[in-house]
Amino acid sequence: MWEQIRANKRRSAVLITLMSVLLLLAGFAMGEAARPGGGIVGVIVALVILLVQMMTYYFAAESLFLTGMNAREAAREDCPRLFNIVEEMKIAAGLEFMPRIYIIEDPSPNAFAMGRDPKHSAVAVTTGLLYRLTRDELQGVIAHEIAHLKNRDTSFMTLAGVVLGSIIILSDVALRMFYYGGRGSSRSSSRGNDQGQIIVLVLSIVLIVVAPILAQLLYFACSRKREYLADACGASYTRYPEGLASALEKIANAGIGLKVSKAVAPMFIINPLRAAADMDKSSMFSTHPATAERVRILRNMHGAGLGDYDAAYRAAMGKGIIGSESLGAAPTEGIRAASGEGPIESKREARATGTRLNGYIPIPCECGMTTNIPQLYEGDTANCVRCGRKLAIPSATERYAEVAGQMQAAQAAQMADALPALDYTRTGRGWESFRCGCGNTVQLSPSFSAPHIDCPKCHRQINVHGAGQAA
Amino acid sequence: MLAGLAGGTVALLAFVGVIVVIVFYVIAVYNGLVAGRVEIDNAWAQIDVQLKRRHDLIPNLVETVKGYAGHEKETLEKVIAARNMAMNAQGPAAQAQAENMLSGTLKSLFAVAEAYPNLKANENFMALQEELTSTENKITFARQFYNDRAMVYNTKIQQFPPNIIAGMFGFTKRDFFEVKDEAERAVPQVKF
Repeated sequence: MWEQIRANKRRSAVLITLMSVLLLLAGFAMGEAARPGGGIVGVIVALVILLVQMMTYYFAAESLFLTGMNAREAAREDCPRLFNIVEEMKIAAGLEFMPRIYIIEDPSPNAFAMGRDPKHSAVAVTTGLLYRLTRDELQGVIAHEIAHLKNRDTSFMTLAGVVLGSIIILSDVALRMFYYGGRGSSRSSSRGNDQGQIIVLVLSIVLIVVAPILAQLLYFACSRKREYLADACGASYTRYPEGLASALEKIANAGIGLKVSKAVAPMFIINPLRAAADMDKSSMFSTHPATAERVRILRNMHGAGLGDYDAAYRAAMGKGIIGSESLGAAPTEGIRAASGEGPIESKREARATGTRLNGYIPIPCECGMTTNIPQLYEGDTANCVRCGRKLAIPSATERYAEVAGQMQAAQAAQMADALPALDYTRTGRGWESFRCGCGNTVQLSPSFSAPHIDCPKCHRQINVHGAGQAA
Repeated sequence: MLAGLAGGTVALLAFVGVIVVIVFYVIAVYNGLVAGRVEIDNAWAQIDVQLKRRHDLIPNLVETVKGYAGHEKETLEKVIAARNMAMNAQGPAAQAQAENMLSGTLKSLFAVAEAYPNLKANENFMALQEELTSTENKITFARQFYNDRAMVYNTKIQQFPPNIIAGMFGFTKRDFFEVKDEAERAVPQVKF
């Protein structure tokens, strides 16, 4: 929605400006505290920290995050159904680019989206999500993530996160500086107005301590609001709020948390570090709204449009969430019926996909056990974990040849499978014509004497009986 | 005299100012309308892409099913006929109806496939079924997005004052891509 994106952009600009001002103030305070009149140096230090953080973010943030979370990029062949679901939601949202898809091998169900712009966007899901959720639920989760991308939440929240990180670093540096005697030198240099000095010092320290907390609160408040908006958009993309609602419940109640750092936790659909704490009510320090509240609002929707979400939200919270600009343009839509499809992958399939993407080679043994061996041991041998048989670990080229061979064999089998040979018995000696199984008419001349003919259209073999007797 | 000159200048400046504001407003609205129109065209193209994809998948599906259930001739022929009709349909209304027919025949084909366990276990068939089901979903979502955008656009060009600018530059209302109930009903019923 253009209207939604514009409103988000405005809000984000305000948020980032506020946080930047806070950063510069903290820098100024640090400088002043270190040496009277040194505020400008502090501001410069703050700017340098911000610049370095920005550069890291711009050039490496995505790969750093994804590597840190052991996310592996998946190709369409690895999980075609997941690709289809993402593509469906990309179309429903009218997103310009297809996001890259990453899979994290972890039994805990969760998902996140990231990317500084649509071109660099990515959606990541855990293997646990793939086998625990039904197709409708997974669609709801993906729709929520695509909504984050469409609303540009990922880029702005990451940017805000960068400024927040800078403030935390700065305050850390400043506090250490006070601790290890930076203060001593400043006091000895100016004895004139001790009292004024102390006031400035106290104010500075307060600011430096408070700034990161304030910035965090600002950041979290914004993050919570965006989660609601992404829920609203997700429901309107799928036209099926129940999918997302029951997915949220399943994820929150899974009971196993994903091990992630505090910095990336807000990016997930449900904060993996606070899943239990955020279930019933959210606090000032929650990055996400209470899950129970999100589910209740989704289930109270009477239609699937943004307006229906707004009405349900209003009933629960007493005020609306979606700007009137977007609401006026949002069509009201009915809720579609459930598809009734189960999970897109079984537990075994999902785990096999995850293991393969993590660079393990699956080696089947005669006893029926499949052992996964790290790629490191290519060309070596290993013992089957169940029966102890010696297994040869093929190298990459050998594996490639085997896969290619398998594909060829499968293709050949399929051809033979799909088009079984037909039989035809000649009735006389003149011109004859008959219909092949594909519907094509095949003609036999009086002089036809071969034991079989290939259908000119579908190329299947047709055995001709009674041929050759003509001669 | 000085005051008179100043007054005249102020009036002139105010007039020029108003003109400039109006020109900028017209440019902004015009650009907004163009952006909306481009978005709708893209959305329409997306529907087309998915419909073509479905047409391309069907011959493969028919061949695969034939290998296992060759004597379900009637169903297969209906699918092929519906596909040909959809490919040759002219105009959005006829096309929508033909595509709905095709959706119906495909549904009955998959219903027939339920009776053939070997066919259902065939990997090629499973992949094709997933692709077709997903393509069907994509058509629905593309249509949904198109209709959403068309509605926003239609509302915009009817509102005052954008309607003046829309009228001046020939921005016209867009039709919705509807699913007709009669087409749904025309779907042949398959009984076992």
